[in-house]
Order: sequence, then C-alpha cells, then structure tokens
Amino acid sequence: MLHSLRSNMNQDREDKVPEAFIYDHVRTPRGRGKPDGALHEVSTLGLATTVLRAIKERGDLDTHLVDDIVLGCVDPVGEAGGDIARAAALTADYGNHVPGVQINRFCASGLDAINFAAAQIMAGQHSLTVGGGVESMSRVGIGASGGAWPVDPAIAIKSYFMPQGVSADLIATKYGFSRDDVDQYAVSSQQRAAKAWSEDRFKNSIVPVRDINGITLLDRDEHMRPSTDMQSLAALKPSFTMMGEQGGFDAVAVDAHPEVEKVLHIHHAGNSSGIVDGAAAVLIGSAEAGRAMARKPRGKIRAFANIGSEPAMMLTGPVDVTKKVLARAGMTLDDIDLFEVNEAFASVVLRFAQAFDLDMTRLNVNGGAIAMGHPLGATGAMLLGTALDELERLGKATALITLCIGAGMGTATIIERV
Amino acid sequence: MNFVNFHVETDSDGIALLTWDMPGRSMNVITPEVIGEIEAVVDHVAAEASIKGCVITSGKDNFSGGADLSMLQSVAAEYQKARQEKGEEEATKLFFERARRLSQVYRMLETCGKPFAIAINGTCVGGAFELALACHYRVISDDDKARVGLPEIKVGLFPGAGGTQRIARLMQTGDALQMLFKGEQIRPKAAKAMNLVHEIAPAGEIVAKAKTWITAGGKGVAPWDEKSFKLPSGKVFSAQGMMVWPAANAIYRRETHDNYPAAKAILHSVYEGLQLPFDLALRVESRWFAKILRSPEAAAMIRTLFLSMGELNKGARRPAHVPATAIKQVGILGAGFMGAGIAYVTASAGMDVVLIDQDQAAADKGKEICNKLISGQVLKGRATGADKEALLARIKPTADYTGLAGAGLVIEAVFEDRAVKAAVTQKAREVLQPGTIFASNTSTLPITSLAQTYGEPENFIGIHFFSPVEKMLLVEVILGEKTGDRALATALDYVRAIKKTPIVVHDSRGFYANRCVGNYIREGHIMLLAGVPPAMIENVAKMAGMPVGPLALNDEVALDLALKIIEAAKRDLGPAAIDPTQENLLKTMVVEHGRYGRKNSKGFYDYPAQGTKTLWPGLDAFQSTKLDPDKIDIAELKQRFLVTQAVEAARVIEEGVVTDPREADVGSIIGFGFAPFSGGTLSYIDGMGVANFVALCEQLRQKFGDRFAPPKILIDMAKADETFYGRFAERMKRVA
Ligand SMILES: CC(C)(COP(=O)(O)OP(=O)(O)OC[C@H]1O[C@@H](n2cnc3c(N)ncnc32)[C@H](O)[C@@H]1OP(=O)(O)O)[C@@H](O)C(=O)NCCC(=O)NCCS
Repeated sequence: MLHSLRSNMNQDREDKVPEAFIYDHVRTPRGRGKPDGALHEVSTLGLATTVLRAIKERGDLDTHLVDDIVLGCVDPVGEAGGDIARAAALTADYGNHVPGVQINRFCASGLDAINFAAAQIMAGQHSLTVGGGVESMSRVGIGASGGAWPVDPAIAIKSYFMPQGVSADLIATKYGFSRDDVDQYAVSSQQRAAKAWSEDRFKNSIVPVRDINGITLLDRDEHMRPSTDMQSLAALKPSFTMMGEQGGFDAVAVDAHPEVEKVLHIHHAGNSSGIVDGAAAVLIGSAEAGRAMARKPRGKIRAFANIGSEPAMMLTGPVDVTKKVLARAGMTLDDIDLFEVNEAFASVVLRFAQAFDLDMTRLNVNGGAIAMGHPLGATGAMLLGTALDELERLGKATALITLCIGAGMGTATIIERV
Repeated sequence: MNFVNFHVETDSDGIALLTWDMPGRSMNVITPEVIGEIEAVVDHVAAEASIKGCVITSGKDNFSGGADLSMLQSVAAEYQKARQEKGEEEATKLFFERARRLSQVYRMLETCGKPFAIAINGTCVGGAFELALACHYRVISDDDKARVGLPEIKVGLFPGAGGTQRIARLMQTGDALQMLFKGEQIRPKAAKAMNLVHEIAPAGEIVAKAKTWITAGGKGVAPWDEKSFKLPSGKVFSAQGMMVWPAANAIYRRETHDNYPAAKAILHSVYEGLQLPFDLALRVESRWFAKILRSPEAAAMIRTLFLSMGELNKGARRPAHVPATAIKQVGILGAGFMGAGIAYVTASAGMDVVLIDQDQAAADKGKEICNKLISGQVLKGRATGADKEALLARIKPTADYTGLAGAGLVIEAVFEDRAVKAAVTQKAREVLQPGTIFASNTSTLPITSLAQTYGEPENFIGIHFFSPVEKMLLVEVILGEKTGDRALATALDYVRAIKKTPIVVHDSRGFYANRCVGNYIREGHIMLLAGVPPAMIENVAKMAGMPVGPLALNDEVALDLALKIIEAAKRDLGPAAIDPTQENLLKTMVVEHGRYGRKNSKGFYDYPAQGTKTLWPGLDAFQSTKLDPDKIDIAELKQRFLVTQAVEAARVIEEGVVTDPREADVGSIIGFGFAPFSGGTLSYIDGMGVANFVALCEQLRQKFGDRFAPPKILIDMAKADETFYGRFAERMKRVA
C-alpha cells in the first residue's frame, strides 16, 4: 500500500520533471596558450566576463531572471581561484543578486557546468541559469592547482597515475592505432576546422575578445594550422617518450594492461589537443523562463550522464558514458545525428569510433581540439555550442557531446533541437 | 653511571664518551635494553651541568648492525597475545607505542639541548645509522670497512626511527627516496658527498675529531630544528614537488609491481612527513612503521632473508663432528663458461686454482674469461689493479692432470655427458690422493651414478652452481646415496669460503631449483598455447614477483636444452612424465625454426644487435585461439606461476629431496628469484595457510590439469592444521 503510494508519487513527479531548454550559446575564439598568444594579456576573469556579458547583451537578457551561474575551471588557483563565477557575474554586471559557483571535473568541467545548471532547472529549483567554463592556460598553467591524485602515494599508486599523454599512447598501443592513424586523424581535424571557419560555421557563437578600448584582440581560433599534412606531422617528435620511459610511467601502463609489451609513443604536438585560452557560456532555462524572456529555445538537454572508467587508460570514459547516457535516454547510436568527442588526443577519438564502429561523417565534423585547442574548463561548453550550431545548419535534431576526463571519467550530454 | 651495554667516561673538558660494547656479542645490536640505556645516558647528559656534550662510539670493530631482527618474531607473538587479551585497538596502540620508542629516544637525544657527536667505525647501518642521524655531528673513519646505510628495505622493513624524515631533510627528495629504496651500504666518501656525515678522519682520530667539534662550540640543534630551515626540495606541493612525486610513485610500481608494502610506506612516510612539523612527522613515520612491522611480508622476508640465510651461511647443515677443513687448492675440470666462473669465484676467495681442459689453449680460454670478469670489476671501481693481479696469479690453466695432485677439492664442470664426465673423473682419479673430495657440477645427471666412476663414492658429492656463477648466490650441494659426512662438510666449507649460500639436496632428477624453474617455464608455455597474449605472460609473471618472465628465462636457458631435458625425461620415465604439447612447442621452435634462445639471438624473443629484445611475432602461429586480454583473470595467472613452483617445492619436501624448509625458502629466492616478498616457496604456502593452498591447488587442477594436484603431504598438513615451519621445527633445531 505504502509502496504503491510512493511509486505513484514518483510517477507523478516524473511526469512533472521540468525540461531544461537551451536559449543561447557563446564562446570566445581560442588563443594560443603561450605568452605570444593573443589572449595572454587577458585575465581569466576577463575571459569569463566576455562570455557572460555577451549572453546578457545579445539577448537583452533581464538578469533578474538568472538564478545561478555555474562555471567550470580546471586550475582554479591564483587569478582563477576562489570563486571565479561569482566574480565574473559581478564584473559582467549581472547585479548583486546573481550568485556563481565554480566546479571542476577536469576536462569535462565545461560540460558538467551545463549539466549542473540544467539539473537545477530540471529539479524545479531554478528557472534560469548559465553554465559554461573558462581557462587561461597561458596564464595559470596546466596542473597549477596540484592535487592529491598524481602526488599522494595513497591514490597515485592505486589509480595507476600517468600523465594524460602516456595514457593516450597506451590507448593507441592497446587498440592498435599507428602513428599514421593518429596523424591522419589530426590532418582531418585541421582540414575540417579550416573548412568550418572558411564557411563561417561558428559565426553564431563566436564573440571576439576586445581590450578596454574596444579594440579586437582575437576573433578567430588562433591555434589552427590549416596547412598541416602527413609530411609536416611526420617531422614532429613524440611528446611523451621521455616521461614514459624515464618517469616510470610506461611501466605503470604495462602493469595496468600487461598484454602490452611496450607503450608506443605516437602522440605529439600535432595530434594532441592544443594548449589554449578561452571561455564559453550557455543560457539554460525552463519553458516558463523562456516565456518570461519572450524567447524561443534553440534546443533542450535531453539527458546527461557521468561515469568512472578504468583509471590507467584514463581517457576511454567517453565510450562507457555514451553507453550509459544512451540507455538513460532510451536511445541508440542511430538516434544521434552528430557526435562531438573531445579531441584530447587523436587516439581518444579513434577508440570511440572503433568501439562503436562509427563512421567519421557524424563525428567531430567541424574539427576539434587538435586543430582549435582545448581550453580545459571551457571546452565542454564550446563543444555543446558547436554541436547545436551544426544541427541548426544541417537541419538535424540530436547530438551527443562527450569528453574524456583525468583519473578515468566520462561526461556526456544529449541535446535535441526543439 | 653503570650500564651493561655501554660505558661512559667524562673527560676533563666535560665531554662524555659513550662507548657501545655489548658483552658476549661480536656486533652491537639494538635491543630493548640498549634503548633503555641510551635514554638513561641522554637524561644524564642533559641533567649534569658539568657535561658539555657527548661523543658516541663503539668498542667493537664495527659500530653496529642496527636492530636485533631476531627479537622481532617475539614482538609479533606478543602482539597476537595482547590482541586476544585486550582487543584489537588496545593491542595495536600498545604495539605502536612500543614500535616508536626508539624513534622517541633518538628525538630526546636530538633535542636535549646538549651537543651529541658520533664517531663511526666499520659498519653502521639500520637503527644504528638512525642514531647517527639523530646526533648533531657525524665523523666516520676512513677505513676500508666503514659503511653507513639504511638497508631495512631488504628485509621488508623501512627505517622507522626517524630515518625517513632525517634523510628527506638532508638531501633532495628524489635522492632521499632513492637511497631509502635501494638500502645500499655507502662508503665514507660517498656518504660525505650525500651530506650523510660531516667529516672523514683516520680510524684512530674519529673520537678526537668528534670531541673537537664539541669543544669548538658545536651546537646541540639539528638543522631542521632551526627557524631558518628550508626543505632541500622545497614544499611537496610546488613546481619542484610535481617534478618528483608523480615519477616517484611510478618508479615505485616499476620496481616493485606494488608487492612491497615497506617500499610504499617509505613513500607515504616521506610524502606525509615533509608536510608536517618534525615531531608530528616522526609520529606519522612511526604509524607506518608499526603497520609494516606487523605485515606478513616483513615477517616472511626477515625469517628467510635474514635469519634462515644467516643460519645456512653459518653451517646449519654441516655435520658438526667433522673438523673444519681449510682448502688451499681447488682443481677444476673443464674451462668452459661454468668452469671458468667457478675458477673465478674460487680464486677471488683466495684459493689457488688448477684449471684443466683438453689442451692448453682451451684452458687458457677459461683463464681469459676470469680476466674479463675481474677487469670489469676494476673498471667499476670494485677491485684494484693489485686485486686483479693477485687473483689471476692464483689461476693456473693447464692440460696436465698431474697438476691436480695437491688439490683439497676437485670440481668437475665438463659437458653434461656421462661418457665425457666418466673419462675426466677417471683421469683425475689416477693422480689424486686417496680421500680427495671430488665434486660434480652437474645439473641433470644423478650424483649416485656419477659417483661410481670415482671409486670412492663416500668422497663424491654434487656442487651445483647456477649461471652466471659470479652473480648467483645459491649453490645446491647434492648428496649421492653414499656421500659421506666429510665430503658434505668439505663442500659446505668451500661454499662458505666463496661466500655463497648452500642448500643440501638429496639426489633426484632436477634436484630442487631446476624442478621449480622447469614448472615455471612450462606454465608460460601452456599459457602461450592457450592463447594468452605473450606479453601478458611475461609481464604478469613479473607482477607476480618473478625477476624474469618464463619465456625470457627459457631463452636464457636455451630452448634446445629445455627440449633435451624433456626428451630425456620422456626416455627415462615414459611419455606420461612430460607434457606433449610443450614438447611439440619446443620442437617446432628448435627444429623447424632454428630458434635456440638468446645464444643464437632467436628464441621466444628476437635479440637485435642493438636495442632491447622484443617478442617474436611468429609466436602468433602457436595461438589458434586468442583470449581477450580484458577478460583474462590476471590474479589467476599470477597464482598459476607461483603455485606451480610452490607445489613442486612441497613435492620436493615430501620426497625428502630437500629436508629443511629454510633451505627450500632461501634456495627459491636466491636461486631463482621466487617472489621474495612471500619469503620463498614454502613460506608462500604457510603464509596463505596450507588448507587454503590445497583448496587453491584443487581449483587450479580442475581448470588447468593434474599438474596442480596437491601432494599427500599437503593434504595431511591441511587436515592437521600444520605449517611447514611448525611441522619441521624439531628437525630445524636438530641440525641448527
Ligand atoms: C603535446 C604537447 C605536450 C605539445 O606541447 P608543446 O610542445 O608546447 O607544443 P607546441 O605548440 O609548442 O608545438 C611543438 C612543435 O610542434 C609544432 N607543431 C604543432 N602542431 C603542428 C602541426 N599541426 N603541424 C606541424 N607542426 C606542428 C610546433 O610548430 C612546434 O614546433 P617548434 O618546436 O619548431 O616551434 C601539448 O600540446 C599537450 O600537452 N597537449 C595535451 C594537453 C592535455 O593534456 N590536455 C588535457 C587532455 S586530457
């Protein structure tokens, strides 16, 4: 009796789960993550402010409707530390009443921020939220926030810690991707990104970064090398050989996957994600919020999922989490029109395609982080926007966005146009 | 002040000289009484206004060997008793307090306010070197035997009396971890360069120098107790720390496959300690120490690698009634690789060698091998030019058997062929004095039958070396049916003289070590044929604790030799005695593909002229089915590698081939590298419990075949709830 009552109540609640709609998306162009990069002079706060302000200004947003801002940031220390989301809410003039929270799930932080923001809507507790992310890798530096995982023997040993690049090489070795395979993939990423830019496919999302006088600092992804070909890549030396051999990480890889005789190091600067600076933001709200803003949603968050995966390979989480999110959504691979799988390293995407026997025509169609860079905390939000823009351009309906994550995790989100 | 283990004298300058000189012992060791007396001295020095400071030195040839490891077994027993009486947490608390007492006393010494200097002569290792580290000034003698170090890791422990904390504050973190992991004994010059000692002085002056440091105003404050102290590598969480720690954790796994809790405890202790104030850091180190002291790995390693090994080296198995023999000259028949290696170790031990082969050229070749070996040592700085000359002068290569006449022991190391062996034995017989002990270095032929060719079977014995002789520490001494006590005593005295460890084995096919090794290699072959990826076979074997994978090991031994041994067994014992699939595999490798192993650069591996070996891609053809690596039970593969050896060791005991568990354990670790953390083949069984081991054997037998069948002795022991060390305790006492 009690049991059936409760399940009735659940049923009741399920019927009323509010949907989370996507009303807008913006991103900065990505600047080379070095002192000579165009965004190096812009602070983390400046990057975050740029995208929040764009969200506010382009839709003439009444910020009184905004309940919360969730921003991903992977190295939240120094200028990026404390709570960068609250700081940016204030500098972007959302008003004192708009709070902010910064989250960190390594490389998926930007997508998780959107999922968190969406979850607040779906839970019926908030009406309008902003999810997004920011990273100035040139200013703060990858790994600057430290953390127990690589360092504390209690977790480093247990989790077979390796630098991501060595894990990427392990994936390639284990699943049989050669240097040619990964280089080929990198060339196509560059070509697709170049084509997307030449056809202005990102125009709905890009907000240029300007100086205090309004002078444009960057309006185009700076990391790209459209002329990349197999020959130019062949000249590059693998980046993780020294680390693997002398740092002992190859041996760690072999202990975790003993069928591997020797880790073959094939990833290098040309087929790994670029180190860049950037930020992105997505406006998410309930149907009522849309009515209050008098705006039509561009899409909705259909489902999302998180998962922990084998920590030594570390970067195969997208495979596991894709299975999980599809099951949650009651969908199959065929129901998905486009896939965005973060190009942390070429082998990550190749493994994803291999595991699902996916042809490349639906996968990362406008290039990815190998060509344009991976501003850690922001990338997830950028990928979601890229997918949404492309669905609109092609007139298609569904996309699945997923990223691999340090320490062996995966995050995925399925969006659907409405 | 009156002490048992120390005497104290205070000189006119007000400097107390504390001389450590334990009565009735050749070496100072740390016991509870010693700890109590050091504490009393510290109190005395601190309280007595007329005493300015204290110099600690030793009254023996060596400073001290550190903690008395033999007392640790009783400590463990006490803990178990307390656990039953007082409950787990209370017992553990008491144990922790006890385990940290030495550390606390050293800290008292360090912070009592008066300067302590130490004058180190000879060996000063382990807990004794930790005492030195707690002293404010360290002078070491420049004598040849002076060594400092923290070798605890070698017996499954780690320096738990402040060693990890003080070392990590004396040098860069990376260097500190390396020193603690390696546990090496360090010579004075290197010790000075590493910041481990302050001064090197002639042996006769170390005490004076230590006193001078105090009279010159040496302060009783450790560097880490100074306000201005900075960690040598900076903070753990810093850019510098990120350069050290991830790699240190990885290298730990590379070197141990996470099988050695003591090594991991070093990492924990240093990592956590460097983030804490010194006293708290010491307490955390003690927590790890108390945990490691209670670990089965430490108990097993201390028993086998320290206690049992010491007992065997001191002649536990030697018939006591035979007077000590002192061999001056050894005859060696056969100047091939084995014979030359034996000549080398014999001459290194100061004995004269007559090295005989068919003709002068062959004999000279053998001496040339010795020349290469000693020259290598000189190059590495481990021997001097004079050592080399002296050693080579002791080796006389010749084809003339009459040169053997003065030999106290003759060792035959010719080709493994009955006729060849018989011929050289008889030739030697003709020139030898009656009663000369004759040994054969055979690895495959029964000693009893070879003894017949010598005429005096009571003076005939097997001395089985392992290759390469100069590196391998184990020697199997093999008793033929009629081998007499004098032959055994002579063989054991000789093995002791060449600083190797003997185990006494009764005559049987393969003796002990090679039977276990044979099983290990066979398990690798069977896995290969069953479709386990070749790299996984090799890697998992190493993860199980073995030094080399079975396929690589087979390549070292040579595949044609392995095939010959199998064929001989088939011939002598019938087809049921061998595994036909294994025979077929080796036949195909050897006959069809001409792959002999390392010796022709083609075996299970390819051996390129340059670079590292890689698994031969052709192995693919042996795998008609391929198992999915992600579905293979790695833990089970590991068990198969260890169980197949351990169950063979149990059979060897059952057959009376090896009679003393200590020999089975010690032999397995130093002879073929059986997972040292387990304490050896029989400790592996005892450690998991015989009943559990029998159950595991049954489980493996059902899945993989009768080779895993537990012998009757194990079934009986499981029923009676016995262990090997319990069952054979009386026997071990009798012979010890
Ligand atoms: C792989 C990696 C170490 C390379 O870093 P880097 O050496 O600083 O890279 P750079 O951008 O300086 O490029 C190095 C070289 O490659 C060249 N290069 C890079 N991309 C190229 C391309 N597509 N074609 C030709 N050359 C290229 C550069 O010109 C440069 O050459 P130079 O040394 O002559 O100037 C770095 O990009 C990385 O770590 N990426 C992964 C980041 C990461 O782990 N993210 C988290 C994922 S989970």
